[in-house]
Amino acid sequence: MEQGKIKKERGGRRGKPKGRAVEPGALAQVQALLGSEPRRRDLLIEHLHKIQDKFGHISAAHIAALAREMKLAMTEVFEVASFYHHFDVVKEDGAPPPALTVRVCDSLSCELGGANELIAGLKRALGDGVRVIPAPCVGRCEQAPVAVVGQNPVATATVTSVKALADAGKSTCAVSKYIGYAAYRKKGGYHLAAECLAGKHDAEALIKTMEHSGLRGLGGAGFPTGRKWRIVRGEKGPRVMAVNIDEGEPGTFKDRYYLERDPHRFLEGMLIAAWTAQISEVYIYLRDEYAGVRAILEKELKALQKNPPCPLPPIFLRRGAGAYICGEESAMIESIEGKRGMPRLRPPYVAQVGLFGYPTLEHNMETLFWVREILEKGADWFASHGRNGRKGLRSFSVSGRVVKPGVHLAPAGITVKELIAEYCGGMLTGHAFYAYLPGGASGGILPASMGDIPLDFDTLNQYGCFIGSAAVIILSDKDKASAAARNIMKFFAEESCGQCTPCRVGTAKALNLMEKPSWNQGLLEALSGAMADASICGLGQAAPNPIRCVMKYFPKEVL
Amino acid sequence: MTALSKDELNAMPVEFKLNGKDVVGNAGETIIQTAKRYGVEIPHLCYKEGMRPDGNCRACVVEVKGERVLAASCCRNPAKGMEVTTNSERAVKSQKMVLELLLSDMPEKRHTLHSELDQWAGKLQVGKPRFEKRHQPQADLSHYGIAVNLDSCIQCTRCVRACREEQVNDVIGLAFRGEHAKIVFDIDDAMGDSTCVACGECVQACPTGALMPAREAGLVKPDKQVHSVCPFCGVGCQLTYNIKDNKIISVDGRDGPSNHNRLCVKGRYGFDYVHHKQRLTKPLIRKAGVPKHADFTMDPANPLEYFREATWEEALDLAAGKLKQIRDTKGKTALAGFGSAKGSNEEAYLFQKLVRTGFGSNNVDHCTRLCHASSVAALMEGVASGAVSNQVSDVGLAEVIFLIGANPISNHPVAATWIKNAVKKGAKFIYADPRRSELSRHATHYLQFKPDTDVALLNAMMHTIVHEGLVNEAFIASRTIGYEDLKKNVEGYSPEAMAPLCGIPAEKIKEVARLYATSKGSMILWGMGISQHVHGTDNARCLIALTLMTGQIGKPGSGLHPLRGQNNVQGASDSGLIPMVFPDYQRVDNPEAHARFEKLWGTTLDSKPGLTVVEIIHATLDGKIHGMYIMGENPAMSDPDAHHAREALAKLDMLLVQEIFLTETCYYADVILPATAWPEKDGTVTNTDRMVQMGRKALDAPGDAKPDLWIIQELARRLGCDWNYSGPKDVFNEMRKGMNSIAGITYERLERESSVTYPCEKEGDPGQPTVFIDKFPTPTGRAKFVPADIIPANERPDKEFPFVLITGRQLEHWHTGAMTRRASVLDAIEPEATVLIHPLDLDALGAKPGDVISVASRRGIVSLYARADDGTPRGAVFIPFCFYEAAANLLTNPALDPVGKIPEFKYCAVKVMKGGELTPVSSYGGGQALAAV
Repeated sequence: MEQGKIKKERGGRRGKPKGRAVEPGALAQVQALLGSEPRRRDLLIEHLHKIQDKFGHISAAHIAALAREMKLAMTEVFEVASFYHHFDVVKEDGAPPPALTVRVCDSLSCELGGANELIAGLKRALGDGVRVIPAPCVGRCEQAPVAVVGQNPVATATVTSVKALADAGKSTCAVSKYIGYAAYRKKGGYHLAAECLAGKHDAEALIKTMEHSGLRGLGGAGFPTGRKWRIVRGEKGPRVMAVNIDEGEPGTFKDRYYLERDPHRFLEGMLIAAWTAQISEVYIYLRDEYAGVRAILEKELKALQKNPPCPLPPIFLRRGAGAYICGEESAMIESIEGKRGMPRLRPPYVAQVGLFGYPTLEHNMETLFWVREILEKGADWFASHGRNGRKGLRSFSVSGRVVKPGVHLAPAGITVKELIAEYCGGMLTGHAFYAYLPGGASGGILPASMGDIPLDFDTLNQYGCFIGSAAVIILSDKDKASAAARNIMKFFAEESCGQCTPCRVGTAKALNLMEKPSWNQGLLEALSGAMADASICGLGQAAPNPIRCVMKYFPKEVL
Repeated sequence: MTALSKDELNAMPVEFKLNGKDVVGNAGETIIQTAKRYGVEIPHLCYKEGMRPDGNCRACVVEVKGERVLAASCCRNPAKGMEVTTNSERAVKSQKMVLELLLSDMPEKRHTLHSELDQWAGKLQVGKPRFEKRHQPQADLSHYGIAVNLDSCIQCTRCVRACREEQVNDVIGLAFRGEHAKIVFDIDDAMGDSTCVACGECVQACPTGALMPAREAGLVKPDKQVHSVCPFCGVGCQLTYNIKDNKIISVDGRDGPSNHNRLCVKGRYGFDYVHHKQRLTKPLIRKAGVPKHADFTMDPANPLEYFREATWEEALDLAAGKLKQIRDTKGKTALAGFGSAKGSNEEAYLFQKLVRTGFGSNNVDHCTRLCHASSVAALMEGVASGAVSNQVSDVGLAEVIFLIGANPISNHPVAATWIKNAVKKGAKFIYADPRRSELSRHATHYLQFKPDTDVALLNAMMHTIVHEGLVNEAFIASRTIGYEDLKKNVEGYSPEAMAPLCGIPAEKIKEVARLYATSKGSMILWGMGISQHVHGTDNARCLIALTLMTGQIGKPGSGLHPLRGQNNVQGASDSGLIPMVFPDYQRVDNPEAHARFEKLWGTTLDSKPGLTVVEIIHATLDGKIHGMYIMGENPAMSDPDAHHAREALAKLDMLLVQEIFLTETCYYADVILPATAWPEKDGTVTNTDRMVQMGRKALDAPGDAKPDLWIIQELARRLGCDWNYSGPKDVFNEMRKGMNSIAGITYERLERESSVTYPCEKEGDPGQPTVFIDKFPTPTGRAKFVPADIIPANERPDKEFPFVLITGRQLEHWHTGAMTRRASVLDAIEPEATVLIHPLDLDALGAKPGDVISVASRRGIVSLYARADDGTPRGAVFIPFCFYEAAANLLTNPALDPVGKIPEFKYCAVKVMKGGELTPVSSYGGGQALAAV
């Protein structure tokens, strides 16, 4: 193209200032949608959801209008909107997506369950009126394969079952029975939180109990909970809290499992932690895939705030928009601030400089879920569990080739073989245990021959693996570790935020090399080294784990 | 909650180990900075000195003992005792892998001669990359000035930071994610279709050539580089010309005190007017029989149709002879001169000296009369100094910035960046202007007040300050006079009473008044929205009173700053291109000053102030002025009621014009002398910040064009002056003798430092960025309150002419367009005349955006394209005055401010009609310059 020669429609440029003009109609629509809500920057994702929910997509005109309304530049809105899977930006020359979208999870457990065939079948069966797209892990791995019709998840989905729901327009998420506010309080719920707020407990004593219990962060990083409270409490106020329910690690669904059953147990833990660490505001970040949980939390928070058992800090429920990386604590903070979910460089650590620049107590949902029980039953109760020399309880999300996939609360330190046998009803008929992923997509892949290693924090490091969020995916002799690694690398490449070179370029190049029948192991190892060493966050650092595990433990697959 | 600063800078030096050696990191330094000081090179791409480090490329990773992973040395501050290794096998492996990954995606053909990626890959001996190339994006060549080749992009976001954090134009974003992460303009639009203002900061920031000057200019190796200063606005950005074969191939921003490497589209891409084929290269004498009347036009491409070429001797003799004859027969006041704010200080000085000593009267003026004469009048009256009290950069020190009647993102783009930076850092920004620009997005409080109601708004603010007890009693008592009169005067201007007048709710007026008055430091900046009214002086008086009553002056981050328009309007005024004053604002009717200059110049001088620009035009029509010498000004386009001005010019017996192009003023010339463009000569200019800066010759002038200083001197000699200046240095040294403000600045120092701020009275003085610290330069040392009442605009809308016309400038075009419409990129971006009008007003006319509409006043009519802009207030239209084919000044009202003698360019009554006949563009403009490249 010759320089400067795109101006076919000179009249367009002639008739308006540079760039896209704000259309009065679109501006009025956006103003109506936002109503009297604040136009603060940190609400950008929330406001984008309003447009996406209402119109099924976000048009260029709406972006320009929203930018005007929020006093942002268009690109500031666009770079955020284009970052998240659940926003469909449609430019002037583009066509809006069909009214209904069916997302089919194609992450490892669902791929094992036949996701690829399901996607192909659905595309044929549903035609042009419905958009069928693959999606990263939707957190229902025990129900693989899973399709989500609009926001309605379909367990062990088939073309027939999905088509029936799509045809009927059943696109909202049903909510099963759970322990509501009244029921929870009836059984002594919020008693402890109320006592704390009434000054009947000593914060230092609570912290000590948490420290002695050995409870560690259950999002995957495993930072000791009591110590975290102590650190944040020691920082200069104001302090804030950010709760991570962006459960996106493939194979992980424990947070959803607990929230769908006993949400107030988590909320009470949250209030106790907030009181102990002297938090002034609480932000709960919930992944957008969990529409059912969102309905529950919205309702239960309202109930809690309407009839509080004790003085409450301001609590804000924030909605993710489809981005695995936002499970990374600093990326989540960025997302809560209304930005692209790009991890921050550390130091400074979020406990010192976190959300909105304040010291931040960041917790995985499940960590808080155990607080009440530990404080009520004592540190020793929690520590008394455990096996093979390890202490505590772990909620294993098990999926793959076992008879009873699901969340299994088991002693920390249990081996995968014990887990399969004692909790999962053994392997599926016709399947022999071949390999396992001890910690979701990031935690590496081990062969069945190494199935006697205690599963807990720190026990797998020497093997190039980690337990992370305790998402255990079981592969059988019908599967290939290298294929699993490819699935995972594709996931990482798609979910990389794109910020740093080793991850952005590295995951893409690695996938390319892994798609060859024979792997260039020397180059992959060199690449893995740089990714692990030089990436900004855990995503890039852990992304080579499956590569290295396959080369180390399954070398014959990739010769 | 609001954001906190993330700066965690260590306040103390830090001892740590670097590659086994003990080193000391300075306070706040990152590892890469300390390493650099110790001569240890660490590869880096996304890191650029002066920019916020981002740490995304990971080329600079180093090993820190005891840490699990490597650390980005550009972002990490060393801690005491830390052991850092930059060259360990582990660190180098990652550094090289990062470079290899990026290198594998580079196109075969590079777009730059200076790829930092290639340089580092060479240094670290990274071989041929082993990875397959990504799917390469298409080139985006949609912009006239900048080529986007994302096949060379490494997503380092230096362009994003340049666009968003430095210039704060907020056009470039990093969109999408993963390997699809992409540098985008607006919402992934073609750059040429985006809101990009082409400041070129992204190009300057890009390390790999993904963003480059268009048409592969970056692949030409310059044979020399010359450091100079930008020829356009008063910000005074320093720049570097890249020259090859006596042609400017590109321009880079340079680290000057007012711009710190930043430039705008004009400075960076508006240079090639100097090479335009219509440059005047021979002295020209009007042919006998070529008519002279106001409507007469010429084709600048064919001067020889109307003029014949002459030798310098002949042309100079003819012009000087005729001027001399007029002087000797009709009297000294029958001559007048318009100097130029586009020339150097030395040229301005010699020009006024020529008029005062050669012509013999004070009839010398220049375009300051049309821009800030009222501001200067009010400032002289109030604080006895016509220049700014604080520099633009003081906005970074202010807690509150109050900008009124100015559109700096178009007219002072780099100054606007400092304002935006300050706001990003937390300064409160009050922005008042009837025209809502993109800058209003950054305002804490934006006041879109009704045109012409400045005094109402400002008096209401003062009323609030008085009534809420927010005045600074101590300052008023010790530093001012006349407060009681002001207090009494503002009594009648309650915010409640003024609110309906100016269209701003009373509560908002009060809020901004409180904010302004109570901050630790408030800066006021204003532009021609304040000055170009019949009440321009009153407007400025109100601003001065605001600062005095609150004591918001006389300290850093607190003061007054009229944003000066031309690159050298400050200097030309300082140098005496003003009819009432000698250099340094010494009044011609002040006996002391008079004696001083008679002595300095060795001749008798007139002690009667001369006529101003518009008065000279009137006097010409009245038959009182018969000969004029115009150097580098274009009154036929720039004066109000231009037809009237053209009539006057046509009536002169001798109009001598010294120019680089055949401007509209040349249409009426008897003799035209081909002069030099700014890059073709040496000399100093003074910017809005009172910085005297050095311009250096970069090019040889075309043909027989001569340096302006030489021309003035040759004329002077022929008018009986015995001058013998060998160059600008001689002139500057003489100026120092007559001007205390710059007496301490040596030409050698300027050559060395490129920029010195005045006042600098003694050699070696550092120069004073902030003035009035202890006292004002008035006889009493006190500043004076001057109350102002509402005077309505001279011509209010009525039934027949229901709209208000506001005139001004456009980002890409300078003043009357003589230069910029011949600069290929600028002309291509804005090739044709447009009028801004609110979309609803346009709709009411039954016209669509891009349609031709006509705007008529009592004085003229123009037809041009309608540009729908919802930032333009209802009932008003805005026309830039740079387009000869629809000259805004054919419409404007020549009514003058009684004190400043400035015309009311910002307000007259017009009617707007759908349709009309466009005047076709002649031989330049309309995008012709780029087509010729």
